[in-house]
Amino acid sequence: MAATELLPLWVLVPLLAAALAACLPARRAGQLALAVQLAALASWPLLAAAFADRGPLTVSLAGLAPPLAIRLYLDGIGLLLLGLVATVTTAASLHALATPGRAALRPAFWPAWLVLLAGLHTVVLSFDLFNMYVGLELLTLAAVALVASAGTVAALAAAMRYLLLAMLGSLAWLAGVAMIHAGTGSLDLELAGAALAPGGWVSVALALMLAGLLLKAAVFPLHGWLPLAHGAAPGAVSAVLSALVVKAALLLVWRVQLWLGPAGGADAAGPLLAALGGAAILWGSLSAYRQDRLKQVVAFSTVAQLGYLLLVLAMPSAVAWQGTTLHLLAHGLAKAAMFLAAANLVRRAGDPRLAALAGSDAAAPVSVFAFALAGVSLVGLPPSGGFLAKWLLLQGAWQAGAWWLVALLLAGSLLAAAYLFRTLAALLAHRDGAGQARAGLPVPRIAELAALALALGAIVLGFAAAPILDLAALPAGPGGAP
Amino acid sequence: MAAQDLVWLGVAAGLVGLGVYGVLVAGHLLRKLLALNLLGTAVFLLMVVLGRRGAATPDPVSQAMVLTGIVVAVSATAFGLALMLALYRRSGEAALDDEAGAPDGDGRD
Repeated sequence: MAATELLPLWVLVPLLAAALAACLPARRAGQLALAVQLAALASWPLLAAAFADRGPLTVSLAGLAPPLAIRLYLDGIGLLLLGLVATVTTAASLHALATPGRAALRPAFWPAWLVLLAGLHTVVLSFDLFNMYVGLELLTLAAVALVASAGTVAALAAAMRYLLLAMLGSLAWLAGVAMIHAGTGSLDLELAGAALAPGGWVSVALALMLAGLLLKAAVFPLHGWLPLAHGAAPGAVSAVLSALVVKAALLLVWRVQLWLGPAGGADAAGPLLAALGGAAILWGSLSAYRQDRLKQVVAFSTVAQLGYLLLVLAMPSAVAWQGTTLHLLAHGLAKAAMFLAAANLVRRAGDPRLAALAGSDAAAPVSVFAFALAGVSLVGLPPSGGFLAKWLLLQGAWQAGAWWLVALLLAGSLLAAAYLFRTLAALLAHRDGAGQARAGLPVPRIAELAALALALGAIVLGFAAAPILDLAALPAGPGGAP
Repeated sequence: MAAQDLVWLGVAAGLVGLGVYGVLVAGHLLRKLLALNLLGTAVFLLMVVLGRRGAATPDPVSQAMVLTGIVVAVSATAFGLALMLALYRRSGEAALDDEAGAPDGDGRD
């Protein structure tokens, strides 16, 4: 079976399943979503084998030739991202199914979840600028709906803010795409990139597109909506939003920068984007340290950790791309684990504040262990995936002679250690009288194991990285052939 | 580029300004959603004008993109209105307080 013919199914199946899920009772719809994700997980090795055989896969839809056709494209980083999406969504939906709550029982929850999956697959596989727009919109609307599914005033307000800013970002992207299309007559990344003549208008178009993406990816200083939305969403949703949705926008930042950037001043934009990433690391970490609610700490940590994914643009080298890709995967697993564990702890204690979570180690030891393991990877302690990623990034910065990046990477790890140790200390604290389980609910075993499995994945990534590093050495741009 | 096109581009630019200002500054959520639609219209106008590229027949790809864009804008607006109603029913307000975005507005920004 040719894996290339299967590529469109990655978009089509979740969309059809979403339509079907809308007709099913919530419980059945959740099982359908789980089945779709397991199918993706099972068919991922087919894609990987085809990729190993033939390199980047391209599919022209509807059998048209390239100038007319809309193409789907799968490169090394896309392949790894699809694997991450399948893993994290499977674990998160197991968590949502196992944890009885209002959110996952709403009739719109699972259809939105499947549309989110379709949107993620669309953005990862798109090679057409307008297709990317449609994918981003699917992703945004589904993500906003899932945030709102928590049903609280805070969640609804955060969802509204998310929607408004994300739509602003989409329209900026669309305006830039319109200019690129008018200038080159093409929407295909490769064809438009080849036809772009350097010029002022190209820079304006790319700046609009990048600004839109940075807003959607919550890159400093456009991150204000993220801690609100990710903090107020139901646990499984926060995990998917932080681990996957913001990364999809960042993937497009790389694609635009590498395929279209050369004609529009990518050399100037690269260090600027990296500097924003650096500011995100510092500001996000400091803010995380000052939060007094568990989920807010984890959400601000996402703002910080996303910054690492932009540093590579100031030091483009194979080793820096390896570090970046590995960081993307390790952070995806660790952050999803952390949000699932945090949701378990808050459920057990019945209170979202750090001060109320003292003694969690006795009440929910598996979740505390998962949280700590994920923290090991986030800080970058050996032998985790996060350690290897930061080590490779350091190496890249060292080779490029970018000392400010070296300093930034070290400071970022130190700050991450500070806010995570502070959080762990609060979870492990034992005070007289400050007992657990006053208003809390029991946490199902599967919900704890889902968090633990993802956290273990982030650690194991440090040992099993060799095949991933081969794929990750390929940048997300032209010349991505092995 | 014909003078006529420049006029349309100027109109689009003006609408972009109004739209962005409205989304960021307006207080009531309905105003924000309307401003977002104004901004969308401006972008569609930009696409149609740029899609002419001096030719007698307009570029069908641009037209198709605008049509898809309108569909997206309509669905997003409907969704935004539903969200606004849900927020109003729970909180009694159709506005986002605390524009600076401090979590929970507890003074720890």
